[in-house]
Amino acid sequence: MSEQTGTWWIWRVFWILLIVTAVEVILGIIKPAVLIDNSFLGTTLLNLIFIILTIIKAAYIVMEFMHLGQEVKGLKLSILLPAVVLIPYLMFILLTEGHYIFGTL
Amino acid sequence: MADITTNENKAWIGGDIPFKASYGKLMMWFFLVSDALTFSGFLCAYGFMRFKYAHVWPVADEVFTHFPFLKGEYPMLFVALMTFILIMSSVTMVLAVNEGHKNNKNKVILWLGLTIVGGFIFLGSQAWEWGHFIHGDKGGIELANHDIVHVVNSDSHFYSIYDLVGVDSYADDVNITIDDVKGALMADSQYGIRLADKSVVSGEAAMAYLNNAEVVLGANLVRNEYGHQLFANFFYFITGFHGFHVFSGVVILIVIFINVIKGTYERRGHYEMVEKVGLYWHFVDLVWVFVFTFFYLV
Repeated sequence: MSEQTGTWWIWRVFWILLIVTAVEVILGIIKPAVLIDNSFLGTTLLNLIFIILTIIKAAYIVMEFMHLGQEVKGLKLSILLPAVVLIPYLMFILLTEGHYIFGTL
Repeated sequence: MADITTNENKAWIGGDIPFKASYGKLMMWFFLVSDALTFSGFLCAYGFMRFKYAHVWPVADEVFTHFPFLKGEYPMLFVALMTFILIMSSVTMVLAVNEGHKNNKNKVILWLGLTIVGGFIFLGSQAWEWGHFIHGDKGGIELANHDIVHVVNSDSHFYSIYDLVGVDSYADDVNITIDDVKGALMADSQYGIRLADKSVVSGEAAMAYLNNAEVVLGANLVRNEYGHQLFANFFYFITGFHGFHVFSGVVILIVIFINVIKGTYERRGHYEMVEKVGLYWHFVDLVWVFVFTFFYLV
């Protein structure tokens, strides 16, 4: 898409990032009780929403601003696979262990 | 032995561009992957400690509540502005790369210049944030068992120790002793202390906790008025490491900005260097998106 003419797609991503951030901040300030009192996967619904919105923002930055979406498949995979496989794995073992130690303190 | 000159598998005999990307871009990507793993290591370590000390971890909303030039409490607002500044500078960076593809020198100069300005505003904001964090906000009390507790009013909201004893927090030599705090707490029963596990005690019950306690004003790597010491240490380490990335990014941007003005890339026939630095700059924005979520929101 480097042949893409115009700058409309840049401003489209800008508005998406801005609106998602604004939603995060507003949710962070009002903290709706229904999202805090209900938990899923060991954390509150509000935190899960924050994490999902963050991943959406990250995807737009990497795929559009960094043009990874337009690279060949092999490059895409060699960039994304280490991050997508290793980071959740590290998160899983460290958070599980941290929670376990908390239980024994 | 196979004769390599007649080998049809051309990828191994040179001449091919792996992944259809230039050497420089490819290496920038691989550097960014390793940097992303470094940052995720830090954030996961933060998560580990936060889960481990879940009962005494400070709530970010109660720590980062101020906005420059405004009185009163505005939780999250300043960090939200910092996020906006970084997103905006990412946009100007894409616009610079976009103009670079068209070999439009003057537009590249314009957008690259604005990106540098955005980087400096972000660094200034972070300096303000750090300055405020170091000076401290309402003060804390370290109990004999090293738990950090806070003074609260009758609504269980944090109440400033400075206001409690009637001292200006920006006076030249602020010196508040634990006896000043005890006296003020006994004199007015509407104030109490909130323990690290967030339960509130007041009057004589509070005094029992304050034996051999100390007043903690501000935060550094040894004392932290906001709560668990590791919260301050991770704050300095993670936002500091990110801030250092922003700083390096600004320096590199200035170098290529000068090169663009001198016409180095115009003579070279392409602005790929702007694109490579752009990758780094977007990565800095990307990391901030995660720091924002895991340090301030969650």
